[in-house]
Amino acid sequence: MAAVRARRRTAGPLFVAPFMVLFVLLFLGPLAYAAYLSLFQDRLVGGTAFVGLDNYVTAVQDPRLLRGIGRVATFFVIQVPVMLLLALLFALALDSGLLRLARVVRLGIFVPYAVPSVVASLMWGYLYGPDYGPFAQLSRKLGLPAPEFLSDGWMLGSLANIVTWEFVGYNMIILYAALRTIPPDLYEAAAVDGAGPWRIAWSIKLPALRPALLLTLVFSVIGSFQLFNEPNLLQRLAPDVIDSGYTANLYAYSVAFTSQQVNYAAAVSFLLGAVIVVVSYAVLLTANRGRSA
Amino acid sequence: MTARRRSTPLTVAMLAALAYFLLPLFWLAVASTKSTQDLFTTFGLWFSDSPRLFANIRATLTYDDGVFGRWLLNTGMYAVASALGAALLAAAGGYGFAKFRWRGDRAAFNLVLGAIMVPTTALAIPTYLLFAKVGLVNTPWAVILPSLVSPFGLYLMRVYAQDAVPDTVIEAARIDGAGELQIFVRIAMRLLAPGFVTVVLFTLVATWNNYFLPLIMLNDPNLYPITVGLASWSAQAVGGGSGASSDMLALVVTGSLLSVVPLVVAFLLLQRYWRSGLAAGGVKQ
Repeated sequence: MAAVRARRRTAGPLFVAPFMVLFVLLFLGPLAYAAYLSLFQDRLVGGTAFVGLDNYVTAVQDPRLLRGIGRVATFFVIQVPVMLLLALLFALALDSGLLRLARVVRLGIFVPYAVPSVVASLMWGYLYGPDYGPFAQLSRKLGLPAPEFLSDGWMLGSLANIVTWEFVGYNMIILYAALRTIPPDLYEAAAVDGAGPWRIAWSIKLPALRPALLLTLVFSVIGSFQLFNEPNLLQRLAPDVIDSGYTANLYAYSVAFTSQQVNYAAAVSFLLGAVIVVVSYAVLLTANRGRSA
Repeated sequence: MTARRRSTPLTVAMLAALAYFLLPLFWLAVASTKSTQDLFTTFGLWFSDSPRLFANIRATLTYDDGVFGRWLLNTGMYAVASALGAALLAAAGGYGFAKFRWRGDRAAFNLVLGAIMVPTTALAIPTYLLFAKVGLVNTPWAVILPSLVSPFGLYLMRVYAQDAVPDTVIEAARIDGAGELQIFVRIAMRLLAPGFVTVVLFTLVATWNNYFLPLIMLNDPNLYPITVGLASWSAQAVGGGSGASSDMLALVVTGSLLSVVPLVVAFLLLQRYWRSGLAAGGVKQ
């Protein structure tokens, strides 16, 4: 019996061990190595030298990095509320039971999630195109000026449209799945008390969606602050609008691979990761404070 | 809520929304039937007079000694290896955290939980620097290994295992003399199947669609997954308006279509699984 109990005590750590070993090697390892690298600098004279936090001091004053972070922050503030609001409305509509063809609608809105962001950006890039894009073709036929989706003023909105297109369905499915778990007797009780569909949505469904909404919100923070694929692909169509520091992540990429400043790139990645973690927690804390107030 | 009333205005509004989400895919399907010249001269949202989908597919698959097929194979291999590996690791880990107690289990789990917030791309450049140091860059491992660790997958499997595998079932199996590994493989894995499939699917999508990691890790076009390959073709298509590169456009479009089809089909066929798994992850936290 003692042998069985001992075996049971070691079983838990053994089940967890494969994941934890790889987690340490492939998650904590790179972070630790980058942290180490970020403390050095390659100098023309004297080779690699320990410089302490100099790289970070440079990074927080680097106008291109700050501009990139500012741009993704703007993107986050505009795109995420639109996307989550749409996802919420769609989920409530699907859950209301008032919809015909609900299955088709649900799947159709979700399908873009299965499309690689590279393909999504290529498709929208062609759709946006000023020469052969269908929108430009249509407006030429109507004698109107072609919409300049790829111009400086429109670009952030055009990128936001691509990201919204990709992820509304994913968020909708998470919210919809949460709505389906609300016990139906709650609705019946509310209806007996005289609550209409809007009142039920506001007083029962929204509070029940809270955890799922928080989850989608945090994922959206992470997603928008690391914006890379979409601008990287549209860059070829509009090289004058999207420069190598358009988003924070594009900048990190160009520091690491175009100018090959390894140590500075490590510091920039680290700083960017820290910004995202801090913003995620700030969003979570704000949302949780809203509940207790 | 078994109201049999249906709302026509709401249905029309949702169909309009549906049209927006399907528009780019419809465009892609139409564009795949056109030659590069027709792409420029005919209306984008309707077919041209001379559809040539199969000629386009043949051209895509044979261009540059069939490098596209190679990219498809690479993508499939990276995605399947990463998804199965990540899901197995997450299932075993989640089961361990859910059903066993030992010193430090909470601390270890919280460490993993904190990692959910760390964005994958912020981790990608550090991972590249480390892999460059140990010589893993420009190998398939450079793409597969980082995808094996899925903190969110572990979290999901832990939440799922909590309820899906009742303690009484484990206890009964122990009384019958089954070993812990045997219980996990024979009993728990069967009960965990919906959660497992969810993690497989979502890691599959994440790896299939991954662009940043393979972009920085791989130089050899023979190792590219589809995303990086298509991006390199699109760079050629945009790069010059004349000569061979102008024909690239039709290849990029057809290649995009070919790369989208497998995942969309997988999602449609497996929807029963990922919906139940998502419900577990999104609701109970």
